[in-house]
Amino acid sequence: MKKRGVGIAAAQYPTGLAGGGDVSQAYVKVNPDGTADLFIGSVDIGQGSKTVLAQMAAEELGIPYEWVRVHNQGTDTSPICFGTFASRVTYATGNAVVEAAREARSILFEVAAPSLQATPEALDAADGKIFVRDDPGRSIGFRDVANMANIFMKKMIVGQGLFARDHSATDPDTGACDPFCTMAWAAQLVEVEVDTDTGQVEVLRMVSAFDVGGAINPMLVEGQIEGGAVMGMGAALMEDLYPHYPTPEGQPTNLNTYIIPTAVDIPKKMESVIVECPSTAGPYGAKGIGEMTANVPAPAIVSAIHDAVGVWIDEIPVTPERLLRALEKADS
Amino acid sequence: MPTLEFRVNGRDHRVEVEIDSTLLEVLRDKLRITGPKAGCNTGDCGACSVLLDGILVRACITNALSVQGGEVITVEGLARSGKLHPLQKAFHEHYGSQCGFCTPGMLLAAKALLDQNPTPTVEEVKEAISGNLCRCTGYVKIIDSIMAASKEMSKREAG
Amino acid sequence: MQRTVVGQRKKRYDGLAHVTGETRFVDDVFIPGTLTVKVLRSQVVKGNIRRLDTSAAASLPGVEGIVTHKDVPNNAFGLVPDQPVLAETIRYRGQPIAAVAAHDERAALKAIDQIKVEVDEEEPVFDPQEAMKPGAPKVRPEGNCYMYGEHPCRKVVFGDVEAGFKEADHIIEGEFRTNPVEHAPMETQVSLAVPEGKGRLTIYTVSQSLLFHHGLLTGILKMDKDDLRIAGLAEKALHDWKDDVHVAFRSGTVGGSFGAKNDIHADHVTALLALKTGQPVKWRWTREEETLYSTHRGGWHIRIRDGVKRDGRIVARQVTSIRDAGAYSALNTYVVDKHCFMVSGPYSIPNVYVEGYCVYTNKTPSSSMRGFGVFPATFACEMQMNKIAAQLKIDPWELRLINAYREGDQTPTRRVLDSVYLIETLQACAEKAGVKLPDRLASMTSEKREGAA
Repeated sequence: MKKRGVGIAAAQYPTGLAGGGDVSQAYVKVNPDGTADLFIGSVDIGQGSKTVLAQMAAEELGIPYEWVRVHNQGTDTSPICFGTFASRVTYATGNAVVEAAREARSILFEVAAPSLQATPEALDAADGKIFVRDDPGRSIGFRDVANMANIFMKKMIVGQGLFARDHSATDPDTGACDPFCTMAWAAQLVEVEVDTDTGQVEVLRMVSAFDVGGAINPMLVEGQIEGGAVMGMGAALMEDLYPHYPTPEGQPTNLNTYIIPTAVDIPKKMESVIVECPSTAGPYGAKGIGEMTANVPAPAIVSAIHDAVGVWIDEIPVTPERLLRALEKADS
Repeated sequence: MPTLEFRVNGRDHRVEVEIDSTLLEVLRDKLRITGPKAGCNTGDCGACSVLLDGILVRACITNALSVQGGEVITVEGLARSGKLHPLQKAFHEHYGSQCGFCTPGMLLAAKALLDQNPTPTVEEVKEAISGNLCRCTGYVKIIDSIMAASKEMSKREAG
Repeated sequence: MQRTVVGQRKKRYDGLAHVTGETRFVDDVFIPGTLTVKVLRSQVVKGNIRRLDTSAAASLPGVEGIVTHKDVPNNAFGLVPDQPVLAETIRYRGQPIAAVAAHDERAALKAIDQIKVEVDEEEPVFDPQEAMKPGAPKVRPEGNCYMYGEHPCRKVVFGDVEAGFKEADHIIEGEFRTNPVEHAPMETQVSLAVPEGKGRLTIYTVSQSLLFHHGLLTGILKMDKDDLRIAGLAEKALHDWKDDVHVAFRSGTVGGSFGAKNDIHADHVTALLALKTGQPVKWRWTREEETLYSTHRGGWHIRIRDGVKRDGRIVARQVTSIRDAGAYSALNTYVVDKHCFMVSGPYSIPNVYVEGYCVYTNKTPSSSMRGFGVFPATFACEMQMNKIAAQLKIDPWELRLINAYREGDQTPTRRVLDSVYLIETLQACAEKAGVKLPDRLASMTSEKREGAA
């Protein structure tokens, strides 16, 4: 028999290293042709940090996104970054990038100010133009200023930025510490259909709301939400590295025995809502949600299974075998 | 060592291969065509997918000598005279690629589908790429990309 | 000033390179004369190596170098430096014992076959619950629980949990388990180490933490940091690249990680072999190695005891969690920290008592994975919330909304919260899902509680 049920879950996730002390640095160099090179030490593991960091640099410099090149050559030439973990890169490296870009921009504003008959403080930049904030008609091409500054004014248009949080020691008796930069929030509703004959669970619908503080690129945020949702679903229903846990017997050895979700396994309908409650110190209010997207589905799915069949299963993954055993036990 | 003669992305190749070499080893190690990836070497992940005479195969479990005289298309052969294939364009525009490791194989699985069935349903797309694993995207935007490419290609066909 | 770039759905920076196949991953970097690496892994779960003889293997044709524990200058690494690169004492099945660099895979595998190992086997322990008992076989000489200061567990103590239980109308208990999960990135561990002369070495790495791993590697090799360059990405190699490298979109990328590349898995071994042979060496893990012997999300066992008022307000939460770390610390001590700091959930609970144990067992070391200890915390906490809702017959949305953190609330670690938005996020989810919340819930906000400072 097929039975349907609904479950929800909420979550928090901290941005930044739990013990603090993590560092991210950035440099920005503006070339005579107005393009910019952004140097970072953060690795893009697929989540898209190069994209969002380039967007931030472009925004601050006032140039098109396409004018920014991102470099992470390695430890001999790149600025320092502790690493791509703790959902920290958008927030931590992002702050460094914003600072670096602003510093580079301020040099250009000084160069541009006399030609615009304004003070550097009165200037702004966007879309490849530097202009007077209160009178945008008075403008000069970003390229012209960059060329003038680099070649004729003999200036080096380089900005540097740093994000560094104090180390926070943990009190071993009470656990008191400051374990994050900011906190992101999430809520999810899941609808499942349980086949009580086979033990198969199908996720019909997943509605996710994530507070990302400020979405630097909504398309990439959706990518994180969707990817995390499916990874979380895999952990909830399919993936088991130790089928006879805690012993290491009968472990899967390959992707034909360690089963991760394929395209046919994903929820039938997935909807995402991006919520934005700006963090106090993140770039454009950003918070990190890279990891937490994978955390929410499991409790929502397992609670939906309870709603469908009236049985709580307190151990994941809820494989068909585990589900059928639980149903059998509940029957007897 | 036996000699393998075959065509890859429109170019003829003649290479010496071991009798147990796989097509993936020949492409990557001998010809330095690195689009096809070694994700598992057991035919489970699909990262090495290529087209062999128009049919989707796993290069990692295809014996190299079995493609004697055949024609192979890898991701490097998708763009024609500098113009992206509509699938490549769609994957770029619709964020069908995150880390990018599965992308070359995924694109060929999608091409194999659209070559056979130019206007697939979402369910048919899912089925067609179900042998290609992606751990980043949750497949949603990959499916969106393939549907968009299908639409774009039918429009062109009609125009 | 209106933003023109931030907030826009810009296309992925390296997206074009991905779809054309131009993106270079580490395995796509080829340097002439590169040797292939294979590693001998222990068949035994636990014991001490009595005899390790590599002489027959070393004399095979095609074999250029073999390293064992004797070749590792400082054979202990990690956040807690307890893990050997190549083992002398075996603590899990599959632990690397020796590594071979040879002209091709065939020669390397043959050499691995010819290495003779004899191990005095000892009794292993797999179950963290058993490992915690007095008299259990010792996974590690210093004990099977990591010591947080004087305590065998991380403690978070906030308010007075016993007083909270007394005040409660209901005591609701739950016990939860999350089984180990593998990251399964599509790209397995890969490392290419290239000696540059004068002791300099370039490593093409898949590391997601360059600075951290740089420190660990220099510690293992005892080199000056200046002499070791980790090329984060496979871009702009100085070697046999054609003139097509200059296109900026070709910056390399890691082929997925999810925490799998937060620990050094291969760079130490390639570094040792490159230095020993003076030749470039590449080690790409097989999928089987990745599945069985890379780090993973370790198993968890979590017990929760909640004191709840009749109206659903949670006034006390006690949690005992056990993390199966496997044989070495890796990042587990930190994973347990984060778990303990977050396991009370996004809820304002005045009395919290958490004990989180990081327990060693004779299994592949677990470590970081997307969610970093908060994955099991969220599972246990949210399952518990739904159970409380069911037992007290309170709507699960309402239970969360009335307990949700508000602006200015303090976490059990004494951090004062800002930009709190759980209530609004729940409401947004309900709205999108078509769930109609009653007015009193729909009108709630995360503003400071009445009477709060």
